Amino acid sequence: MTESTNDIILQMQDVTKYFPVKRGLIDQLTGIPHQYVRAVDGISFELKRGEVLGLVGESGSGKTTTGRLAVGLLKPTSGKVIFNGIDINAISAEELRKLRRHMQVIFQDPMASMNPRMTLGEGIGRGLKIHGLVSNNTEFRARVIEMLNHVGLTPGEAYIDRYPHQISGGQRQRAVIARALITNPQLIMADEPIAMADVSVRSVLLQLMKDLQQEFNLTYLFITHDLATTKYICDRIGVMYLGEIVELADIRSIYTNPQHPYTQSLLAAVPVPDPRHRRSAPMPRGEIPSPINPPSGCRFHPRCPIAQDICKQERPKLKPVAGKSDHIAACHLKTGDYIHLLPKEAAAST
Amino acid sequence: MELTFGTICLGSLFFLAIFLAYVIATGSASLRTYLITRLFLTIPTVWILVTLVFIIMRLIPGDPITATIKPGENPERIAELQARVGVDKPIHEQYINYIGDILTGDFGRSITVEPDRPVIDIIARRLPATLELVVPAILIMLIFGVASGAFAAKHHKGIADYSFRIAGIVFYSIPIFWMGLMLQLFFGVVLNGLLPTAKRKSGYIQFDTHTDFFLIDTLIEGNFDAFLNVVSHMILPTITLSLALIGVFIRLTRSNMIEILQEDFVTAAHARGIPENRVVYRHALRNSFIPIMTLIGLQIAVLLGGAVLTETTFSWPGMGLLLRDGIANRDYIVVQGGVTVFALIVGITSTITDIIYAFIDPRIRY
Repeated sequence: MTESTNDIILQMQDVTKYFPVKRGLIDQLTGIPHQYVRAVDGISFELKRGEVLGLVGESGSGKTTTGRLAVGLLKPTSGKVIFNGIDINAISAEELRKLRRHMQVIFQDPMASMNPRMTLGEGIGRGLKIHGLVSNNTEFRARVIEMLNHVGLTPGEAYIDRYPHQISGGQRQRAVIARALITNPQLIMADEPIAMADVSVRSVLLQLMKDLQQEFNLTYLFITHDLATTKYICDRIGVMYLGEIVELADIRSIYTNPQHPYTQSLLAAVPVPDPRHRRSAPMPRGEIPSPINPPSGCRFHPRCPIAQDICKQERPKLKPVAGKSDHIAACHLKTGDYIHLLPKEAAAST
Repeated sequence: MELTFGTICLGSLFFLAIFLAYVIATGSASLRTYLITRLFLTIPTVWILVTLVFIIMRLIPGDPITATIKPGENPERIAELQARVGVDKPIHEQYINYIGDILTGDFGRSITVEPDRPVIDIIARRLPATLELVVPAILIMLIFGVASGAFAAKHHKGIADYSFRIAGIVFYSIPIFWMGLMLQLFFGVVLNGLLPTAKRKSGYIQFDTHTDFFLIDTLIEGNFDAFLNVVSHMILPTITLSLALIGVFIRLTRSNMIEILQEDFVTAAHARGIPENRVVYRHALRNSFIPIMTLIGLQIAVLLGGAVLTETTFSWPGMGLLLRDGIANRDYIVVQGGVTVFALIVGITSTITDIIYAFIDPRIRY
C-alpha cells in the first residue's frame, strides 16, 4: 500500500454510514431502541490517479452518500477514507478545509448549487481567494476569465459579471465545472452532473468533462443512476445496491460479461433502439427494500431471480469472478462454493 | 439655515425625492411603472385612513367638550363651547370642512389636549421623541434578532437553538406594558434607581432644543452630561419596545437560515474549503435577508402601535402619548393628524423596502 500511494488517490476502507431514524417522544420514553438507516454499509474501493470510476445504482442505493463520504462532506460511522495517504477524518477541520482545494464537487442542480446573490466571477473565483492562490485582483479576474473560456463560456469577459439566473441551464453547469476546476484539484466528485441538463446538451457536457479530465489529468468519482452515460466517460464501474457495492469492474467487463444478477438486470433495463430486441435478463421483482431493516444474507435475494437458500443466510463477499482478478462481484452463486447451485442456463452463460 | 425638526423633515423628503427620481430615471421600465403607481396609490390610502379615523372617533360616545368639562356645568355654556369648535354641526358637514382644510394644508387646531395649538406644531414636537424611541428599537431588534437567529440556525438543535427559540416566544408573548412595568420595578426599585424609568431627560438637565431629537440637540450644545442623561433615559423604553418584537426576527431568521443551510450551494461552498463562519454568515445570511426585509417593512406598523404602549408606560412625550391623550379627551383633530402621520410613515417605509429588495436580490424585477 505504501509504495502505491502515488498511484492511488483515494481509498475507501470498509466505510459505513448509518443515519439515526428520528424517534417520537413515546418511542424514546418506552425505550424502543434507536433504528438506523444503513445508507452505506461496508464499502471498500480504490481510485487510481487519472481514472474515472462510475458509481451506479437505483435511488436509495447509497451512491450519493458514498460520494459525500469520499470528499469528507460526511463523517463515516466507521471505516477510513484515505486521500493521497491522508486519513481525512483523522485530521483537524482546518487541515481538511485546506485539503479541499484538491478535491472538489459538482452537484446535480447547477442553479441550486450556485449562490444566487453572487456573480459568476465571485462564485467561481472564491476558491482562489480562500486558498490564497492569487495575490491581486487583476490576477484574480484573469484566472477566472481563463477558466470560463476553458469550459466554453466564451468570451469569459462577457460572463464574469453575470448572475446565475441570467444564463442558461447548460451554461450554469459549465460554470459549476469551472468553479470546481479553478483551484486545480486532483479529485472531482460529480454527483449526477448532467441529470438536470436538457438531453440536447448532455453529451456536450459529458464531452467537456472528458476533455477536461484528460487535459488536467483529473480523477472523477462519477455518480449516476443512468448506465448509458457511464459508457462514454467511465473507466470502471461500481454497481451499488442497498448500501453495498455488488459488482466492480472495468467498463468492458461490466458491459460484455456482467456477473451479478442485479447488474445483469440493470443492463437489460437500458433501452435499446431496436424493436426486435428482447430483454436478456429478468427484471428484479418489487421495490428496493428498506435500508433500515435490510434483508438477511445477500441483500438482493428477495428480488433475485436465481436466489437459493444460502443467499438468505450468508452475506456474500466481493470476490474475483469470470476468471479476472479485477472483476469482482458479491454473489454466492457466481464466486465460490455454491456455483453448482446455479440454474442450468445461468451457469452456462458464466 | 438653522437645524430644526422642520428642516430635517424637509431635508429627508428632499433626499427621498432625489432617490426616487434616480430610481425612476435609471430603473427598468417595469420598476418605473410600479413605483409611480405606488406613489399615486398613497393618496387614496391616506384618504381612506383619514375618513376611517374621522368616523371611528365620532362613534365613541361623547365629544371633546363633554369629555373634559367639569360635572354640573351649565348646559348653555356646553352648547357655546361645542359651537366654538364646530362639533355641534351635522357629521357630514364636519367631514366636508375637515377634508377641505386638509386639502389646503391645514390640519386644524387641537381642541382639548393643547387647546388652540396647530396640530402640525404639536406633532413636530412629538414626532422626534417617538422616532428617537422607535429607530434605536429597530436597530436593536435587527442586530440582535438576526444575529441570534443565525447563531441558532448554525447550532441547529443545540442548546443555543432551544434557548433562543424559547426566549423569542416568551418575549413575544409578554405584553409590552407589563414588560415595561417589570423593567421599571427592577431597575427603578430593586436596583435602587440604576436607570431612569420615565421621561426623556431628568428635570435638572437643561439645554436648548433645536431639532427635538435630544441626542442631536445635546451634541449641538456640546453638553456631554446631558447627552449621557438622555441616553440613560432611552435604555429601558427602547429595550422594552425591541424585546416585544425581537422574537419574530429570531424565529424568522432561524427558520430561513436552516432552510438555506441545506441548499446545495452551501454544501458546495463547504466543499470548496470556504471557512464555516464565512459560509454561514456571508453566503447563507445574505440569502435569507429578503424575508427579513419584508418583515422590517411590516413591523414598522406594529412598532408604532407598540410605541403607544411604551410611551404611556414610560411617560415618554411622543406621538403615542399624544394619541392616547387625544383619544381620552376626544380631541378629534389631534387623533386624525397623528394617525395620518403614522400612515405616511408606514407607507413611505414600505415603498423604500420594495426598492431595497431590488438592490439586495438581483433576481427581483418588478
